[in-house]
Amino acid sequence: MKRKSTILISAKKCVALLAILFASFAFANNKEDANGGDLKTEIKEYIAHHLLDSYDFSLFSYTNEAGEHVYVGAPLPIILWDNGLKVFSSSKFHHGETVAAVDGNYYALYHNKIYKTDAEGTINLDETNHPTNLKPLDLSITKSVVSMILVFALMFFLFKSLADSYAKNGGVAAGVGRFFEPIVLYVRDDIARPNIGEKKYKKYMSFLLTVFFFIWFLNILGLTPLGVNVTGNIAVTFGLALLTFLITNLTGTKDYWLHIFDPLGSSMAWYAKVPLYIILIPIEVLGVFIKPFSLLIRLYANMQAGHIVLMSLIGLMFIFKSWLGSPLSFGLAFAISLIEVLVALLQAYIFTMLSALYFGFAAEEHEHH
Amino acid sequence: MEKLLEEFSLGLFFWQTLLFVGLLLLLAKYAWKPILSAVEERENTIKDSLEAAEKAKADMEAVQADNKRILKEARVERDALLAEAKKTSTQIVNDAKEAAQAEADKIAAATQEAIQQEKNAAINDIKAQVAGLSVDIAQKVLQGELADQKKQEQLVEKLVNDIEIK
Repeated sequence: MKRKSTILISAKKCVALLAILFASFAFANNKEDANGGDLKTEIKEYIAHHLLDSYDFSLFSYTNEAGEHVYVGAPLPIILWDNGLKVFSSSKFHHGETVAAVDGNYYALYHNKIYKTDAEGTINLDETNHPTNLKPLDLSITKSVVSMILVFALMFFLFKSLADSYAKNGGVAAGVGRFFEPIVLYVRDDIARPNIGEKKYKKYMSFLLTVFFFIWFLNILGLTPLGVNVTGNIAVTFGLALLTFLITNLTGTKDYWLHIFDPLGSSMAWYAKVPLYIILIPIEVLGVFIKPFSLLIRLYANMQAGHIVLMSLIGLMFIFKSWLGSPLSFGLAFAISLIEVLVALLQAYIFTMLSALYFGFAAEEHEHH
Repeated sequence: MEKLLEEFSLGLFFWQTLLFVGLLLLLAKYAWKPILSAVEERENTIKDSLEAAEKAKADMEAVQADNKRILKEARVERDALLAEAKKTSTQIVNDAKEAAQAEADKIAAATQEAIQQEKNAAINDIKAQVAGLSVDIAQKVLQGELADQKKQEQLVEKLVNDIEIK
């Protein structure tokens, strides 16, 4: 009887909690109407902006009492090839608010891309809202590039010190690299060896290890308040997947190519194979491209989605602006960021694992039957 | 898809590829190769040590088994030797006994034969002497008793023939 009543009470509590939650939603909506409804748009834009690469390393920005946007961070070098190398600081753009004048040329930012404009910074749009202005070849050191340089330095320092510690310490790892030794061994024993095979795994090890730690570190860096989103950038994942594609196909054995262009082998007469191959070979050839393509989309989409969810939850705190809703979305955001830490590792693992699998296909040499 | 292509930044791709390939080459030379070779060396050392320990254990067991076997063999050999010795000694004693017996028999036989010969010789001698004596005695008796020569000789011959000597 007593237990029943406690259950009843807790059920009542739940109902009450839900009611408060709904009320706070309703309240928030009311308030938003009162505020003119631009908070949501602002958050949306902020998230969209964060997901993109940036020409300066801004840590955060706020609007001061005079109504001006104040950015805290550092400008980065812009490198353009436009009839000659043009190098200037991104502070010239004033975060897209002004036109940069360099050697008599004018450049303006439009949707986070650099266009060549006239002195007023006019952007001519066509019917589909695409700028018709010239786009100079842009090799700027952006926020993502800086992040990658950071990871470059970090990885080189970590693994060089790990490598050196073996020599100094009589074959036993010491120092900070010691934490990474089991992970290096994991990549070797549980990713490379089973997928590629004992005979050939060694020549792929450098790529697998580098790609694993590179993605992992960049993913983790994306979770820090620095606010970078490198692995959620299609150009980066494309670059990584392209290397997997190149390595797979450049190290492909005769068996690998035979498997693509003659998948049925001698198990069938040629006249029986012809009609099948009209369908099979295009599928196999397509597969060669789809495999790395899935790699680049998977990593990009996962990291992009993680950042969107996390930032939306953080944004919700400002939309709710209530004692119940904001802590709730904070708690959710906290939980999601914990999951994102796992996802950061998982995505690095998956990318490495699948690369190893594809290398395994390329390196396979089976007995001819 | 269009949004993705629009987002694609050639510059970022360029830097990413450059940095990544650079990092790959640098780490391959200065980190991954030394790390992997060091780890492999360590693993081989451990494996070799374990194998050596296992082998040493097996060797020791083999030595112990050998020792046991040798001991057992020695024991068997000793027993065999002892048995052999016993047999030989018995044989020698028996042989000696037989030889002694044979010698004794031979000596006895020779002695008997000598005795027989002596006896025969003595008997023959006695026979001859008894014959001579008897003839003498008979001659003297008969000379005294008998006149007739012819009758005397017949009688003597009859007497001599009647004597049976044993």
